[in-house]
Amino acid sequence: MHPVSLRNVEKVYHLDAVTVPAVSEISLDIRPGSFTVLSGPSGSGKTTLLNLIGCIDRPDRGEIAVAGQPVQTMPDDALSDFRARHIGFVFQNFNLLPVLTVYENVEYPLVLAKAPAGERRKRVLALLDAVGLAERRDSRPGQLSGGQRQRVAIARALATGAKLVLADEPTANLDSHTGAAIIALMRKLQREHDACFVFSSHDPQVRAEADDVILIRDGRIAGIDRRVAAEATA
Amino acid sequence: MNFWSLALRNLLRNRRRSLATLLAMVVGLTAILLFGGYRSNILYGMQTGFVQYSGHLQIQRRGYFLDGGDNPTAYGIADYPRIVEAIRRDAVLSPMLAVVTPTLQLGGVAGNFSAGISRSVVATGLVVEERNRMLQWNEYGMVSYAQPLALAGTGEDAVVVGTGVARKLKLCAALGVPDCSQEDAARPADGVSAPADILTLSAQERAQPAAAVRNRIEILAAGARGAPNVASLSVVRANNLGVKAIDDMYVAMHLSQAQKLVYGTARPEATAIIIQLRHTTQMAAARARLEALLAGEFGWQGLEVLDFQTLNPIYGQTDEFMASIFGFIALLIGVIVLFTIGNTMGTAVTERTVEIGTLRAMGLRRAGIRRLFLCEALLLGAIGSAAGLACALAVSGLINGSGWTWTPPGYSYAYLVLVRVGQDVPLLAGCVAGMVGVTVASALWPARRAAKLPIVDALRHV
Ligand SMILES: Nc1ncnc2c1ncn2[C@@H]1O[C@H](COP(=O)(O)OP(=O)(O)OP(=O)(O)O)[C@@H](O)[C@H]1O
Ligand SMILES: [Mg+2]
Repeated sequence: MHPVSLRNVEKVYHLDAVTVPAVSEISLDIRPGSFTVLSGPSGSGKTTLLNLIGCIDRPDRGEIAVAGQPVQTMPDDALSDFRARHIGFVFQNFNLLPVLTVYENVEYPLVLAKAPAGERRKRVLALLDAVGLAERRDSRPGQLSGGQRQRVAIARALATGAKLVLADEPTANLDSHTGAAIIALMRKLQREHDACFVFSSHDPQVRAEADDVILIRDGRIAGIDRRVAAEATA
Repeated sequence: MNFWSLALRNLLRNRRRSLATLLAMVVGLTAILLFGGYRSNILYGMQTGFVQYSGHLQIQRRGYFLDGGDNPTAYGIADYPRIVEAIRRDAVLSPMLAVVTPTLQLGGVAGNFSAGISRSVVATGLVVEERNRMLQWNEYGMVSYAQPLALAGTGEDAVVVGTGVARKLKLCAALGVPDCSQEDAARPADGVSAPADILTLSAQERAQPAAAVRNRIEILAAGARGAPNVASLSVVRANNLGVKAIDDMYVAMHLSQAQKLVYGTARPEATAIIIQLRHTTQMAAARARLEALLAGEFGWQGLEVLDFQTLNPIYGQTDEFMASIFGFIALLIGVIVLFTIGNTMGTAVTERTVEIGTLRAMGLRRAGIRRLFLCEALLLGAIGSAAGLACALAVSGLINGSGWTWTPPGYSYAYLVLVRVGQDVPLLAGCVAGMVGVTVASALWPARRAAKLPIVDALRHV
C-alpha cells in the first residue's frame, strides 16, 4: 500500500476571468518509508500538490488516496480527524503557537488525538530528546532561533506517530548551514520512525539527500528520479 | 494545557487591546448596575412607603376606590369589626399578618376661621397605635422617612395635618412649619366678602383667648343623612407627607372622631380594612385566602380586595417608566459592548489567520476553532463582568456614603440618593448574565468566520 496515491488529479484556480491550472493530470504513487522531494521552478505547483496530498485542499478532478483511504469525498470533520491521525505538517515559517511552550506545542496534536496524559508525556519527552531540545521545553517559540523552531515543528509533526509528514520548503527560511542540519535531522527521524516524508524544495542540498525526486513543471510531472532503487514493495 | 488556559494566554497576548475591551465592559456594566440600583432603590422605597401607609391589601366595598372616595356613607363596610376579627383569627392568614386595621376616609372642608381661611381636605380616621405599627414595616431595609403619627395618647379631638394644609390654614407659627412666614399677617380685614355665617363663626373664635384658639380648626363634612356636620379639632402637629398634592390635603384623626363626624350616633362603619403582610411575596396567597373568606359570611356586602399597586397607580407607572429607561440604557450599552468585543474578536481572528490554518491542518475541527474564540470571549466576558461588578459595588458604596440628596418631582422634601446594587440579586445576576451573553454573541460572528476560513487560504495569509 502506498502512503499517497494520486490518479489524474487536477486543481484549477480561478482568478477573475482567467483560470490557472495549478496542477493537471497528476498520477503518482509515493513509496512507503521514502524521503521524497517535489522539485520545480517557482509557480510550478509544488505547494498546491502538497496541499492536496495533505488533505487541506480538495482537487477539482481525480482521486487521492492517503494511507489507503480515498479522501476526496470525505466530509470536513472526518477529514480533520483523518489529518490528526495520519498526517504531520512542517511549514516554511514553522507556524508554532506562540502562546504555548515548546513542550505544549509538541503535545498539542496528541491532545487533539485524545491521547492519555501518560502517553503524551512519554512521547513528547522522547521527541524533544530526539530533536535535541529537551532543555528548552519550557521556552516559548519566540525565544528560540529559526533552526530550533523548525526542530520543534518536526517533533510536533511526528508526535501522533503519523506515517506521512509533509513539508513545504522547510529550509527556505534558514541559512544553508542550519538548513542542512534540519534536513539531516529529518532524514534521521524519517528512518527511525519509518515514516514517509514528502516535501518541496528549491534546495540542491535537499535533492541530494532524497530517495525520490519528482520534477514538476507547469503543474505536471516532468520526470521522476528514483535515487534509491525501488524496493520490492513498490 | 486546557482550553481556558489557552484562551487566557491568547487574551494576554495583546494586553492593551484586551484592557481597552475590558474597560468598555466595566464602564458599561457599572453604568447599568448603578442605574438599576437607583431604580430598585426608588421602587423599593415607594413600595415601602405605600405599604407603610396603605398596607399591602385593602378590603373595600366594590366601586368605592374608583367612584366613592367622597361619599363614605354610601360605601361603608358594615360590621367591619367582625371582619377584622375573622381575618385575625384565620389560621391561614394570621401567620402572614403584620397589621389589620380599619380606616375611614372622608372629604370635607377645613377652616381656620380665626384666620378667615378654609380649604378642602381629605381626612382619614385611623386607629393610631395600629397605624404607627404599620410604619415599622421595612422589609427592604430602606432609609425610612416615616414619622410616627403624633396622635398617640392624644384626646379624641386631636388631628395631624400635612404641612401644606398647615400653610394654607395659616397655622405655620403654631405648628413650627419651616420656611413659612405668612403667619398672623393675614388677619382677615373686616369687610372681606366672606359668607355671613363664616364671619360670625370666626368672630366667635376671635373672642376666645388667643393661645387656645391658635391651633384649632373646624372640619365640615357631610353626615350619614346628608346633613352637614362640623367638628372642632385641635391640630397637634403638621407632618410633611412627601408628595405635595397629598401634603396639601392631608388630615389624620382618631377613627372614632371621624366616625362621629360621618355617622353621628348611628352605627359606625369603615371605608376600608387595611391589611399589612409581613412579606410582599405573600400577597397572592393572602389575597386568595381573603377573597375566599369574604365570599362566605360577608358575601352580601359586595366587598373586594385591592392590592397596593392598584391603590397607588403611580407605583406601576414609575415601575414602567423606570423599566423603559433601564431597557433603553441596557440596549445602548449592550450594543456598544457588542461592537467593541466584536471588533476585538474580529481583529484577533484576522491577526491569527495563519494560526487558524495551522490548527486546522493539524486536525482541529471547525467546531474546535469556534470554541477557541468563544472561550476567549466567554473568559473576557467573565473577567469584564467581575471587574464591572466590583466597580459598580465600589461606586455605589461611594454614592451611598456621600449623603447626596435630591427632591423628586412632586415631592416636597429632599431624599438621599441611594443605589441598591449589592442587595438587588436579580439585578446583579441579570446584568452579569446579560453582559456575558452579549460577549458571547459578539464573538459568534468572528468565531464563525474563523471556522469557515479555507485552510489553504489561511495558511497563505500574510
Ligand atoms: N490561492 C490561489 N489563487 C490563485 N492562484 C493560485 C493560488 N495558489 C496558487 N496559485 C497559482 O497556482 C500555480 C501554482 O502555485 P504553487 O504555489 O503551487 O507553486 P509553487 O510551485 O509552490 O511555487 P513556489 O516555488 O513559488 O512556492 C501558480 O501559478 C500560482 O499563481
Ligand atoms: Mg510553494
